[in-house]
Amino acid sequence: MNVMPSETGQIVWRHKNVIDLAGWSREELYFILDQARHMENVMDRPIKKVPVLRGKMCVNLFFENSTRTRASFELAEKMLSADVVNWSSAGSSTAKGETMRDTAWTLEAMGADIVVLRHRSVGAAQYLASKLKRAIVLNAGDGTHAHPTQALLDLYTAWKHLGNLSGKKIAFVGDVLHSRVARSDIIGFNTIGCKVVVSGPPTMMPKNIEALGCEYENDPKKAVQEADMVYLLRIQKERQQDGLFPSVDEYHKWWGADKNLIAYAKPDALVMHPGPLNRGVEIASDISDGHQSVILEQVRSGVAIRMALLYLCGGGK
Amino acid sequence: MVKLKEKSRLMSAEDLKRVIRRIANEIIERNKGTEKMILVGIHRRGVYLARRIQKIIEEVEGVKIPCGELDITLYRDDLTTLFEQPMVHSTRMPEDISGQNIYLIDDVLYTGRTVRAALEALVDLGRSSQVQLVVIVDRGHRELPIHADICGKKVPTSKNEVIEVKVTELDGKDEVVICERDA
Repeated sequence: MNVMPSETGQIVWRHKNVIDLAGWSREELYFILDQARHMENVMDRPIKKVPVLRGKMCVNLFFENSTRTRASFELAEKMLSADVVNWSSAGSSTAKGETMRDTAWTLEAMGADIVVLRHRSVGAAQYLASKLKRAIVLNAGDGTHAHPTQALLDLYTAWKHLGNLSGKKIAFVGDVLHSRVARSDIIGFNTIGCKVVVSGPPTMMPKNIEALGCEYENDPKKAVQEADMVYLLRIQKERQQDGLFPSVDEYHKWWGADKNLIAYAKPDALVMHPGPLNRGVEIASDISDGHQSVILEQVRSGVAIRMALLYLCGGGK
Repeated sequence: MVKLKEKSRLMSAEDLKRVIRRIANEIIERNKGTEKMILVGIHRRGVYLARRIQKIIEEVEGVKIPCGELDITLYRDDLTTLFEQPMVHSTRMPEDISGQNIYLIDDVLYTGRTVRAALEALVDLGRSSQVQLVVIVDRGHRELPIHADICGKKVPTSKNEVIEVKVTELDGKDEVVICERDA
């Protein structure tokens, strides 16, 4: 851990909400990682609870299915002593604008202080934040746009293992087109000074991906070559019906992470995956369960990062 | 930022050294030796003061006492009224504190709110046998029923004044000064 922002002085926290990592500075990202380190320390105590958000009300508003992200946020909120309301709504067909605005007003009338939102529409979190007068919004994933807490937990996990992330090579392999994780992670790893390379079937690669500050490499072996970390993106099997790849087996053969592909990376390279895993599709079991895999550590990091963000955004006035 | 004007010096580096030495000896005396003793410094300056006390006890008794650090940011009761975003520092205990005698060390005792938060934090870390409060300066104006068990110096102050205990590790020199807020 070569960079210790806490040793170099205090940063003035300027973010009311966490919508997207675009525009955040390197110092801010390291500051969050540093704070998450102390939050992880709370998770190791016999009593895993601190009173910093006592009396604050968190609403977890999930318009899209999610198990781990919601559980992770809920756990983080409870460890900080907040009151938690889970509000899930199976995909309503009502026009987005009207629904969200009414939802926002309802939440404020209930006295919500912090709203965690997951929604299938791009921009939903930004929109909700614009309609809330007092409460803050943490984006838990909006459409294919952003998933900032995932990117931060991935940065945190990488930082714990690799130390200073400047100049480290990070390879993302898989479905970048439909992945908000990829978009937020590319921005995050790029901002913090990594060299980011993406690879995947051309049908699953957004046009102009280089605009995010990464390189595109068609051949996954070249993308992974000498990488410090390999990040496998989830393939939704339904995409096969859309004709984006011929078959699951063929995907695994060309793009899946197995021993052969990982052998191209540095010997001790980290392997990450956002979960849930499709074993035998984007990742082989001996890799996901192997000694280089930090997939379960990512889950733990998620709670620490979310505690840090809840505290930084929701702990003050 | 509120500007502080230095009014006078309460302790020089030499004075501070003597006070810490006396405090270390008082801790040993109160504890009847070094059995079950754990020193815990409150961030930030208390941590450095605790390490110095640890060193003196080692010199006097020949035993290295476990020394921990405690951050109370997550236990404060004034988070919502603070202007600046406070930052969390590390909390580290050298061993399980259950059944041990904790000597909680801070630089200045004022309203007692920091100590209240520290006591709450300690309770969450384990059931210690007892907690004794050790401070360099007690400046009065308590808002809670808390007192120091071992105190370097009692200094009557006005609420407009600030006591600064400076340590070389953070401030470049050792001294204790009394400052006044510029109106």
